[in-house]
Amino acid sequence: MPNSSRRKGQLRSYFSHHLRVCLASLGRLYAQPAATLMTTAVISIALALPVGLYIALDNVAQLSSDWDGSSEISLFLHTDVNDKDARRLMQRLQRHKLIKKIDFIDKEQGLKQFKETSGFGDALKYLDTNPLPTVLVVHPRITEQQVDTTSRLVKELRKEKFVELAQLDVQWVKRLYTLLEIANRSVWVISTMLAFAVLLIVGNTIRLDVQTRREEIEVSKLIGASDAFIRRPFLYTGLWYGVIGGLLATIITLTSLLLMESPILKLALLYHSDFRLAGLGITKTLLLILISGALGLIGSWITVGRHLKNIEPS
Amino acid sequence: MIHFDNICKRYPGGHDALNRINLRLPKGQMAFLTGHSGAGKSTLLKLIAMIERPTRGQIFLDGVNLNNISNKKIPYIRRNIGIIFQNHHLLYDRPVFDNVAMPLIIQGYRRQDIHKRVRAALNQVGLLSKEKKDPITLSGGEQQRVGIARAIVHKPLLLLADEPTGNLDPELSLEIMKLFARFNQVGTTVLIASHDLDLIKHIGFPSISLHGGQVEHNGLPFTFDGNR
Repeated sequence: MPNSSRRKGQLRSYFSHHLRVCLASLGRLYAQPAATLMTTAVISIALALPVGLYIALDNVAQLSSDWDGSSEISLFLHTDVNDKDARRLMQRLQRHKLIKKIDFIDKEQGLKQFKETSGFGDALKYLDTNPLPTVLVVHPRITEQQVDTTSRLVKELRKEKFVELAQLDVQWVKRLYTLLEIANRSVWVISTMLAFAVLLIVGNTIRLDVQTRREEIEVSKLIGASDAFIRRPFLYTGLWYGVIGGLLATIITLTSLLLMESPILKLALLYHSDFRLAGLGITKTLLLILISGALGLIGSWITVGRHLKNIEPS
Repeated sequence: MIHFDNICKRYPGGHDALNRINLRLPKGQMAFLTGHSGAGKSTLLKLIAMIERPTRGQIFLDGVNLNNISNKKIPYIRRNIGIIFQNHHLLYDRPVFDNVAMPLIIQGYRRQDIHKRVRAALNQVGLLSKEKKDPITLSGGEQQRVGIARAIVHKPLLLLADEPTGNLDPELSLEIMKLFARFNQVGTTVLIASHDLDLIKHIGFPSISLHGGQVEHNGLPFTFDGNR
């Protein structure tokens, strides 16, 4: 089959041409290290900024999920409820599907804690009896979306016979999640704007590149080069700018994380937290480089398309 | 090979470069295009290479009406043509070999074929030993020959040359013209714009002279149907 083998040969030469142009574009960038470094550095900073914000937000979200325990409900029982009844109530409540865990604080324990933490310990000496009620601290099963379920649980617990007061400070949890959502949105807004910036940076660099290679473009057109052929080296250049920019952004992000890790761990230790700083991970790093490469490609595509039309042999 | 049917070319601004041109250049013919500067020689070549489009009339290239060719298809028309310029249009950022190889790379030839053909083309213009040199280090005549090698490397059906000897001394000019005659002998149609009348007389090919955008004298032989 001479025809199919010829087509195979053409296909092979097409791909080897692509490979050659791809490497030649990289070589061209390598030949002008200063200019290349400037462009890719600007791209990488534009990318590292939203990536850094994203990581910060990711860590705060992780931290706040650790804080779900803080949205606990304190059940203050009537003072005349004895320990036995209180424990029976606790056992019953532990089977509730919305409740993760219950801490039992009896009157004496409560008094001890109060003495230690309130600073009014001496004043308590003048009281004949322990005025404090038994307290059940209920840890609800809670996730981000279920702030409402928690308040429903509180309403339910208020109806319990022995319970005098059920208190939940749900407001601050709601505020925190709203703040996180706003921060999340702003990361997206900033990312979108900086993505446009990357498009413009690559576009502008490619525009200069097209101008300096004007002669080559004219000659190529005269000897029958198709637009796709002429566009190709510029598209690969844009792709390389993006990929290198993405790699540099990864390096910048990793370095910043390393710099911040030890003070953050120290802080976590002060809070007796086993918090660990989360990085980007391999998948997201690859995604970053992919997106960055795509931005470079699109940026050069837009520019080359516009400027090639203006260069015609005369 | 080339058929101009009542071609007019008016540039923006109202200058009539060509006015009602009728021409037939048969396949395998070599001819000169003469006339003063501004007579329309370059415009005529540009219309064939589709660098410009005619204002009126039709051009047929190897039977294809160029008016029906969209801008996107122009590259494929140009691949059948070898174009040679007075100022070479060589790229100085790459060696001679790479300059000559350009048309083959554009058309997706395989590496081995490119090597063979480039060396053959350089051999024909007598520059095989200079394939690794930078064009800037070559003399004017040598640079022009590199330009010619690039124009013939893909064996085009038609060779167009615009003042190819404009910057060369008479001896070199004659050598270049003889080179064109040699390509013509193997079947390539050749059309050369030149104002060097002495040289043209010496070489002895028919010439078409233009004056003020019109054919003043047509030295081409008549075709069988009485046109030329």
